[in-house]
Amino acid sequence: MGENLPLVWRKMPERYRLVGSKCLNCGRIYFPRRKICPHCRRKGKIVDIKMPEKGKIYSFSEVHSAPPGFENELPYFVAIVELQNGIKLFSMLADSPRNKIRIGAPVKMVFRKITENDGKGIIAYGYKFKVL
Amino acid sequence: MRDVAIVGAGMTKFGELWDKSLRELVVEAGAKAIEDANVEGRDIEAIFGGCMASGALTGQEHVGALLADHLGLNPIPSTRVESACASGGLALRTAYTAVASGMYDIVAVGGVEKMTEVSTADVTRALGGAGDQEWELFNGATFPSLYALMARRYMFEYGATEEQLAAVAVKNHHNAMSNPYAQYHREITIKDVMNSGYIASPLKLLDCSPITDGSAAVILTSMDKAKEYTSKPIKIRASAQASDSLALSDRKSLTSINAARVAAQSAFKQAGLSPKDIGMAEVHDCFSIAEILAIEDIGFFKRGEGARATAEGRTAIDGEIAVNTSGGLKACGHPVGATGIKQAIEAVWQLRGEASGRQVKDLEYALTHNVGGSGASVVVHIFERGY
Ligand SMILES: [Zn+2]
Repeated sequence: MGENLPLVWRKMPERYRLVGSKCLNCGRIYFPRRKICPHCRRKGKIVDIKMPEKGKIYSFSEVHSAPPGFENELPYFVAIVELQNGIKLFSMLADSPRNKIRIGAPVKMVFRKITENDGKGIIAYGYKFKVL
Repeated sequence: MRDVAIVGAGMTKFGELWDKSLRELVVEAGAKAIEDANVEGRDIEAIFGGCMASGALTGQEHVGALLADHLGLNPIPSTRVESACASGGLALRTAYTAVASGMYDIVAVGGVEKMTEVSTADVTRALGGAGDQEWELFNGATFPSLYALMARRYMFEYGATEEQLAAVAVKNHHNAMSNPYAQYHREITIKDVMNSGYIASPLKLLDCSPITDGSAAVILTSMDKAKEYTSKPIKIRASAQASDSLALSDRKSLTSINAARVAAQSAFKQAGLSPKDIGMAEVHDCFSIAEILAIEDIGFFKRGEGARATAEGRTAIDGEIAVNTSGGLKACGHPVGATGIKQAIEAVWQLRGEASGRQVKDLEYALTHNVGGSGASVVVHIFERGY
């Protein structure tokens, strides 16, 4: 994951504060940010917008086989979270008791370490979600 | 646009082929296809080769040049096509458009992946590249976990069970028993699948396609010229492709792959056919849930009915629609870039009546469905006899 250092920095507004995009022409909201509104294309006007930090689990899985960089986390839960504004995103779950993880469970964004690995000393931070 | 036919087909055995390199695989499949088509090397005008991740998996890029060089076909143009797990299907479609347009008369199409030279963790990372690197992989996604999210949601929406999903793997292992090219010749039971351990819940090891080496190739020409090479040309009746969001979370639904619906509808429209006309289909069962979504997205079954239909045996070789007679990705194996070509070859053999032991009776039309990533690209073809 060492090669992801530029990625960590480039995506800080999204990863740290859940900043997405809103198209002023059609009102649609996107996360992560987009340069072009797929609905309006050239007519679109994209501005930043903060996403709600609460939502619910839309689907989830417990991962038992991980790519390099995530071995120490195993097993861990991932989910598609549906935010209160209807936007869906992919995230790991954190600090969530197994028996509370189910479709429809309310969740809240938390700020966590994502990976720390490969001897290069790079620690990537970002959002995870926690079952309330 | 003119009609296009497959006049030759060949493939390596699929499996853990420790003693064969990437280039040996493509040469073996290519030579078999050229021999099957009875075509002279000098008559081949262009090559298209599907390959997803040779760089990450073997260190070798530039697969187009490798194909032309080692098949002894320099200096003709040779192009690598990449669309993740749909690379093979898209190579076929790209070659199809090149012949249909009249640009070339005879084209070789191959697909290859050499996957057993690196660790499972490295394969996991390489295949993960078929998803969204910045927003899925970075956040801990694995490729199985994306399909697991679809499976969980499907079970939630339709009340399907893990046992019903497991029926896909059981059927495909059974079909592979009579395919000499398949990676596995081993019957499995629902219980075997249920006891195989979670990879990404609710998907277990035996819900997942394996890591496979292999290559497959076909020779295309115009329908008009096809009879010069073979008495049994197989016509490509339709070729369609569609796209969707790279990231799973951006899709409208987790229980249907829209690009598959769009590509299948487009193919049926081109062919003037409907799902009930199809007698056998090779669909992209990279995970058990993927076959369930495929048979619904193509239109063989209504949404939410695919899992139960499979468990009831309606997709067996002697069922209403024979699905994955080759054993599918699950049991024939899934050398990623080769899979789309292998699907076409199974359709060719079935239509020629050469699928010994797994032959579908009274077959008129065959369909292939090849998916890239978690559904961001899909290629669908329909085939019929051209004789
Ligand atoms: Zn817009």
